[in-house]
Amino acid sequence: MAEPMKIRARLKGDIADIRVLVAHPMETGQRKNAGGALVPMHFIKHVLVTHKGNVVYDAQWSQAVSRNPVFAVRVKGAKAGDKVVVTWTDNKDDKRTDEAVIVAA
Amino acid sequence: MIRNVGRVAAMATVLAITLCPALAQDKAGNGLAVGRQMLAEDNPGELWVERGRRLFHEKRGPRNASLEQCDLGEGPGVVKGVFAHLPRYFADTGKVQDLESRLLTCMVQLQGFKREDIIRTRFGTLDRNSDLEALVSYIGAASNGMRMNVRLKHAQERDMYKAGEYLFYRRTGPLDFACVTCHGDSGKRIRLQELPNMTRAEELREIIPTGWPAYRGTHSTVRTMQHRLYDCFWQMRLPDLGYASDLSVALTTYLYHSANGGVINLPGVRR
Amino acid sequence: MNPLRRSLLQFAALAAAGWLKTSQAVAAAWNAAGFEAKATAEVLKSLGASGAAESSDIAITAPDIAENGAVVPIEVVSRIPNTQAISIIAEKNPFPLAATMQFANGAEPYAYVRIKMGQTAHVRAIVQAGGKFFTATREVKITIGGCG
Repeated sequence: MAEPMKIRARLKGDIADIRVLVAHPMETGQRKNAGGALVPMHFIKHVLVTHKGNVVYDAQWSQAVSRNPVFAVRVKGAKAGDKVVVTWTDNKDDKRTDEAVIVAA
Repeated sequence: MIRNVGRVAAMATVLAITLCPALAQDKAGNGLAVGRQMLAEDNPGELWVERGRRLFHEKRGPRNASLEQCDLGEGPGVVKGVFAHLPRYFADTGKVQDLESRLLTCMVQLQGFKREDIIRTRFGTLDRNSDLEALVSYIGAASNGMRMNVRLKHAQERDMYKAGEYLFYRRTGPLDFACVTCHGDSGKRIRLQELPNMTRAEELREIIPTGWPAYRGTHSTVRTMQHRLYDCFWQMRLPDLGYASDLSVALTTYLYHSANGGVINLPGVRR
Repeated sequence: MNPLRRSLLQFAALAAAGWLKTSQAVAAAWNAAGFEAKATAEVLKSLGASGAAESSDIAITAPDIAENGAVVPIEVVSRIPNTQAISIIAEKNPFPLAATMQFANGAEPYAYVRIKMGQTAHVRAIVQAGGKFFTATREVKITIGGCG
């Protein structure tokens, strides 16, 4: 079961700075584990962010995104109290959705 | 043979200086500053804080107990302020304990985990997370904004401090290194990593309360003070430092007390 | 129809059908040809960006020297009007395309993500704006523990 994301959404002027920390191994398929076996590819392929129910950000990732990914999105015309929802989906069809509320900086 | 090795090493040094003049000359800051700043701004260590919070309050282990009865020095279940005052003497164990040593006590006594099992998994790997690294992150962060204040009220605490100070300066091992060999002057570094001068209180006040625990980028996990000391011992080619050993607690007592007054902000971020 | 709009419509259709499963809604949009390409030219082709014009209106912020190639922070800001998407390419990676971000509904033309880089290389940003493609690069030196 995937761990919750950590989402920080702060308002600067009328732009919300949404910064997201994700717990995910982002395996490239090239690493060997302690036993010497190749660890299969395991990475987030897709990230979707909505603001007040509208999709604002739709990202496709490869295995080149770092382990425990960090990414950010900025949304203009946002207000304190607006809801932000983030969903990721990986190549094993595992997924995770978390939400946050935009706060004044 | 030995002369050859020496010559190769000397050549390697010359090559390194010739090939990387910019790197060799600068204060290991200029070209690195932007990346360090960007990495410090978003800290994946916060994910460890949250996992630690869940682990602390969750019923776990053979006894199906949480750590809410664990006394880390401020009373059962209290995490706030704990980091500011550790290491300290605990009457129930009759020992001076640091955070990790004390967590071990609680996980064994309250939750029924086997000490050797916890110690085997004390350091997380890319294949397996460490519960201790998460718990230490959560408990460390609970003192954020407070100042380090290791009090040395008990005679054993003062003894530990003195032992730690002695060990910090004591040269030993095949390389005849002491902690102070690397951490006694300003401006020293290993490759691009500046080494803090731990004989300067103002530097200790800055680095101790902002890591460890810290998210270690090259390890993709949070590392703790016990890991830092373990790694230093390895780099000095000393025998493995025992987890939560008196030796490790003594060094921690000395360094943490010397950092008194520094503002806690954990977990930190390191390369 | 642009890919973001297509994936949104699929998403909406699935949601309406009452069995929303994000992975299915978006799987069609994942640019397999681009992500599996081993050369930058192939990546550009997959994005339809082979003729991308150099632009000084794309600002890439990244470390000059990265101490750890496993975690290289890359920030791209586009000042090109109507920016719809930004892609990030690490030119010497075995698979250069690292990420493509599409923006809608008020999202700023701003991308920030941390990527792995196998060696010192140019990081290339591709901006899609008003159906055209623009590009800029920045070199990132990777040390992993110094210059050894």
